Amino acid sequence: MAEALNFHFIVDGEDFTSAGQASVQVKKNLRQLGLPSEIIRRVSIAMYEGEINMVIHAGGGTADVNVTEDYVEILLKDNGPGIKDVEQAMQEGFSTATDSIRSLGFGAGMGLPNMKRYTDFMKIDSVLGKGTDITMRVNIE
Amino acid sequence: MKISTIRELLDAQVICCEDGLARHVYSACGSDMMSDVLAYVKDQAVLLTGLVNSQVIRTAEMMDMNCIVFVRSKMPTPEMTELAKESGIVLLATKKRMYEACGILYSNGLVGNRVKNG
Ligand SMILES: Nc1ncnc2c1ncn2[C@@H]1O[C@H](COP(=O)(O)OP(=O)(O)OP(=O)(O)O)[C@@H](O)[C@H]1O
Ligand SMILES: [Mg+2]
Repeated sequence: MAEALNFHFIVDGEDFTSAGQASVQVKKNLRQLGLPSEIIRRVSIAMYEGEINMVIHAGGGTADVNVTEDYVEILLKDNGPGIKDVEQAMQEGFSTATDSIRSLGFGAGMGLPNMKRYTDFMKIDSVLGKGTDITMRVNIE
Repeated sequence: MKISTIRELLDAQVICCEDGLARHVYSACGSDMMSDVLAYVKDQAVLLTGLVNSQVIRTAEMMDMNCIVFVRSKMPTPEMTELAKESGIVLLATKKRMYEACGILYSNGLVGNRVKNG
């Protein structure tokens, strides 16, 4: 693979039912590129958690995936409320999700920890009232 | 354990992807919280859940799971069934409740989040 490959998605914040479609598409694309299934699974789970978070906590956003020779990079950007205390949000079990979100099967406070667990690099830039940018990378090999 | 054995043990109805019944699963996970499921990595696992929305199918898809059992007589919607068909995920529905369904599979040798022989 000489050049980096990029995929861009707009994540609709109004539609919970279709949330996760970008991750499903990325999984297909990475399969076509012939990446190892373990790498594909880690990328898809991390991106899926991030995509769901953008829909349930931030009203949607954008997702960009870059595939290089060395890693798969996922960039998530939203203009949501931002995260007040990132360190706290990273704790397993911490969630501000409402009961209505919980009844949809989310709000266990496991998403961000899962994103960290499945990736080799993760960085959160969040500004209250402005939004959240998340960068994640999964190394190939 | 063969998916067809799960169907028999749970007296479950096959909702789609009947041709996948001969496939095997090696572990199981029961939860209504999708991020709990996503915290758990295992190839060829079965998901037992009482949650009914399209994210259940996407979660299984992200995890490369090949079978979902809906407990307490929950029925997936036609949209969910379509999504499952696209990925070849076998959907089963049982009248049994979560606790009982998990217990039956466990006592018949299907382990949870544990490596067999190790
Ligand atoms: N993109 C985001 N914008 C604003 N807040 C966020 C965002 N992502 C996460 N958060 C905050 O961080 C908390 C923890 O996120 P995390 O994904 O770990 O758990 P959750 O989404 O609440 O539940 P789960 O992921 O288990 O379904 C959230 O409850 C929310 O307060
Ligand atoms: Mg989350």
